[in-house]
Amino acid sequence: MSVLVFLEHHGNELQKGSLGVLTKAAALGDSDVAAVLVGGGVKALASDAAKFGAAKVFVVEDDALEPALPQPRVDALAKVIQENGYETVLLANSVLAADVAAGLAARLDAGLNWDLVDLTSDLVGKRPALQDSIFVDVGWKSTPRIALFRAGSFDAAASGAGEPEVVEVSVDYAEHSQRAQIVGQELEESGGPSIEDADIIVAGGRGLGAPESFSLAEELARALGGAVGATRAVVDAGWYPYSAQIGQTGKVVSPKLYVALGISGAIQHKVGMQSSNVIVSINKDANAPIFEFSDLGVVGDVHEIAPKLTELIKQRKS
Amino acid sequence: MKIAVCVKHVPEGSGRIDPSSKRLDRSGEGALNHFDANAVEEALRLKGDSDSEVVVVSLGPAKAADSLRKALAMGADRAVLISDDAAAGSDLVATSKLLGAALAKESPDLVLFGQQASDADGAVLWAAVAERLQRPVVSQAAELTLDGGTLRVKRQTEFGYDVIEAPLPAVVAVSDAINEPRYPSLKGIMGAKKKPFDTLSLADVGVDAGDAGETGSKTEVLAFADPPARGDARKVEDSGGDSAQAILDFLVEKRLV
Amino acid sequence: MTRASDYPPPFNAREFVAEPTDPVDERIEVGVLIVGAGPAGLACAIRLGQLLAEHPDVAERLGEVPVAIVDKGKQPGSHLLSGAVVNPRPLRRLGFRLEDLPSYGPVHNEAVYVLTRRNALRIPPPPTMRNHGNWIFSLSQLGRWLAERAEEGGAMVLPETAAEKLLVSHGRVVGVRTGDKGLNREGEPMGNAEPGSDLVAKVTVLAEGTQGHLTGVALDTFGLRGDEPQVWELGVKEVWKVPRAPGGVIHTMGWPLRTRAKYREFGGSFIYPMGDDMLTIGMVVGLDYRDVELSVHDILQELKTHPKIAKLLRGGERVQWGAKTIPSGGWYSLPKRLYAPGLLLAGDGVGMVNIPRLKGVHYAVESGRLAAESAFASLQRGATPATSLASYDDAVRSSFINDDLYEVRDMRQVFGRGFFVGGALASAMTVSKGKLDLGKLRAEPDAEQPLLRGGRAAQYPTPDGKLTFDKLSSVFASGNKTRDDQPNHIRLERRVPKEVAELWVNLCPAQVYEVGTEGGDGTVTVNVAPSNCVQCGAITAKGGRLTPPEGGSGPEYTLT
Repeated sequence: MSVLVFLEHHGNELQKGSLGVLTKAAALGDSDVAAVLVGGGVKALASDAAKFGAAKVFVVEDDALEPALPQPRVDALAKVIQENGYETVLLANSVLAADVAAGLAARLDAGLNWDLVDLTSDLVGKRPALQDSIFVDVGWKSTPRIALFRAGSFDAAASGAGEPEVVEVSVDYAEHSQRAQIVGQELEESGGPSIEDADIIVAGGRGLGAPESFSLAEELARALGGAVGATRAVVDAGWYPYSAQIGQTGKVVSPKLYVALGISGAIQHKVGMQSSNVIVSINKDANAPIFEFSDLGVVGDVHEIAPKLTELIKQRKS
Repeated sequence: MKIAVCVKHVPEGSGRIDPSSKRLDRSGEGALNHFDANAVEEALRLKGDSDSEVVVVSLGPAKAADSLRKALAMGADRAVLISDDAAAGSDLVATSKLLGAALAKESPDLVLFGQQASDADGAVLWAAVAERLQRPVVSQAAELTLDGGTLRVKRQTEFGYDVIEAPLPAVVAVSDAINEPRYPSLKGIMGAKKKPFDTLSLADVGVDAGDAGETGSKTEVLAFADPPARGDARKVEDSGGDSAQAILDFLVEKRLV
Repeated sequence: MTRASDYPPPFNAREFVAEPTDPVDERIEVGVLIVGAGPAGLACAIRLGQLLAEHPDVAERLGEVPVAIVDKGKQPGSHLLSGAVVNPRPLRRLGFRLEDLPSYGPVHNEAVYVLTRRNALRIPPPPTMRNHGNWIFSLSQLGRWLAERAEEGGAMVLPETAAEKLLVSHGRVVGVRTGDKGLNREGEPMGNAEPGSDLVAKVTVLAEGTQGHLTGVALDTFGLRGDEPQVWELGVKEVWKVPRAPGGVIHTMGWPLRTRAKYREFGGSFIYPMGDDMLTIGMVVGLDYRDVELSVHDILQELKTHPKIAKLLRGGERVQWGAKTIPSGGWYSLPKRLYAPGLLLAGDGVGMVNIPRLKGVHYAVESGRLAAESAFASLQRGATPATSLASYDDAVRSSFINDDLYEVRDMRQVFGRGFFVGGALASAMTVSKGKLDLGKLRAEPDAEQPLLRGGRAAQYPTPDGKLTFDKLSSVFASGNKTRDDQPNHIRLERRVPKEVAELWVNLCPAQVYEVGTEGGDGTVTVNVAPSNCVQCGAITAKGGRLTPPEGGSGPEYTLT
């Protein structure tokens, strides 16, 4: 089975998410894994691609491709797929990749399954649905098959070097692909990630006791490099702004790590964070419902534990 | 100027999968996908007091008319519902074909989408439709301005913002940060019932039954299951803050720190 | 002795009465305006549609929108909740065939039990509780269905629209002002705020259901209140998917309610099959209870732990939950008049409920139908004198609504004397078909009941998330997703003695209230989480006042 993985880069670095998908592709076993790099000055990244499992790397290098716009990439991928007969195309979700995958699906009349968290070796995709309350097995009825994986589904693991076979490809762009132009950019100063994008969220609830104690959540979030969230109860009480509210009537998040401090776990809150990869909760009440859906539940006083944890993390990181 | 907004009627609250058809059970009450309300709002803002036309388009069962009426109540001028039994169960390939065909007939200057559909979480329809229409597409629009025939979009990415320009006609997917959708006024709600509303079949749109519905789809649902249980849930009793080390060890084990 | 009525809410009906203020060309004009898309309002709209179809000349005079119904729920049915076993005759009188109505079929069997903690003693159904000829419905579903019929008949149904003020001009009701949308917690308009509108009509029909906001305002404004105050029950119910529904309709009395007179715990439960694989189970308790720890929500959870009832639910799953008050003062608590200039009052809003029979839907339907006929007659005559709608009052007083309510007029009141004495008296009344006259037995307003602490809370089960649930889970199961930053729609005295605060905390089935900081003088602050509110109306009965929040908020019932 031949698999093509779309590798995304930013500056001189290949993105972790697409490297994870490449690692997965290599692990599917029994497949010819190739990667495709599209951009300005990307040839240099080809050997990195090999480290993560690509035997062959298609390089579409063109200064015109430097801006991260999806439609020229659709042209590039369509060409590589059609000329080489790739049956399965994998992408890691990102703002760019989502548009590329969908445009490609329409270009090739190819099935696209998105928001996947896994793919079996017999090519059954697995994805959560209905606010992550249910899992669905999905398949493709024809080739090429396009699969778009949820960000962070797979860890990137280098499996060794070896020089890849590099194939340079030049592409004729469709007329409509070049009409959009990037005329300016604002790179964000990191003030900490926003709740929606954060990989790590530390959320505080009523168990913190008083608004001043929210600093416990903020310190821990800072140490972990995450964002701060709040339950409806504390937002109602005026301890924290509504923009940080997580839950049925607030934001729905699914970070890699959710740390719940003094949160009981009422269903209105649960539906806002239940699909987080790993949930760690600290609560004084051993019967708090949150312990039923936490990966690690700690029964204890958050005022004692959180500062110690923050300290330990800072030490470890330094 | 004609602005088309693609909207979706989605099941209210948490939906359920119908075990027999393996499709989302859309028989209950539904509502306008709240992300699409942002797109309708943006279209109305662009229209302002001009005599531009805002047309809302949807592909769905007959009751999707409710969501289209909500958009009309907000201020859209006309609604088009593509409704045909043969279109049920359409995946991205089929849906984009149907919407593309309907939009091609309308020939709008700008097509707007909301950034996601709350029922299928993370839809990417706009890019597929833009490909069908052979038009430039810009997604994640946090700000949108029109200067003559040029679109200027502030697009939110993981790294910050790109400012993108594209000539009309174009397709844009707006993020929910772009605006706060207006509440329809009572006059608007009452007036909506009189605004033009067309229901189109596959034949009207010029798409073959073989290209729509499950037949025309290239993906399929095979089965569904409960989400994997959180295996190995661990519980620890703290004493004087000593659990902090255990938590750190856990985080390290999970490669989160 | 502490009473909730000693701490009345900051509420004045005058605040909700106004002249129209919108410029004339911005006012929305309709012919007949109906407030409330429940059985009464929808029956009114449907009957009007029929009459206007027969008399197009009258229809023409009513302008572009001859009949409009506004409802504060997300859609018709979102705020409708009842048992319900309904007498279908008034629905047939509207022209519907029984087999076309969205029902769960006729009542085949019924049983009444007196429960103790472990046992259930079957007793012959008291004459008031015989349901032969009645049909089982979900009121929410029936409402949705009737709304479609009303629209087919030409009515314009406008959900998500709260009627906030009564528009009165020169002593005559000329319509309602709808509520603003998009206000923040402080009541200030946010970016997308939409002000309400003056909705003016030739005739306004208030069919708001229990604790109707403008109904209460109208009763005060026009001096229509009856001699006896209204009193209420609180009904809390669940809908379950079960492997096999019970074969018939079940009512229970006794456990878990306490029988001693000092507690004044009047009520019982109902379990109705809904088709083969669903049932609804509910608990109804009079709000004249006295124990501050009493929580009808938790008594329902307790009821489900009875071995016979747990058995009915085994293998099942709760799919919906809801709560709503029921006016129970009966005949004595009806208003002096059911009309005022430009205004008609119908249904539960004015207390047309027969508590001993647990029936009210068919009275609502009939009163809506009669209101339509009276409104139509008045419009046809082009009559505008203040008493032109009096024919409605006459029609209701000479209908079976009046006869039935009169027959059972004292029954509810005697239960204030405890279950056993009450039961005996009630039987005596039933047998005599209402001719046993005990003289008017005074009903005290629920909020005036002296409070005591009776240790009720010790019996509530700890929620297990499968059979029994906590209040927040129940609120979730009502479909409530009201935005949190709305203004607080509940009027309440916020600094009260601890017992009163506890009364409210336990009273509310949706966990809206919470005991806040202590004042040091025996008082506490009451915290309010208005977005939990399912608008059941219980707080209004016992010391507070519910007003309508932003249209579209609150529960989204579909099966209740």
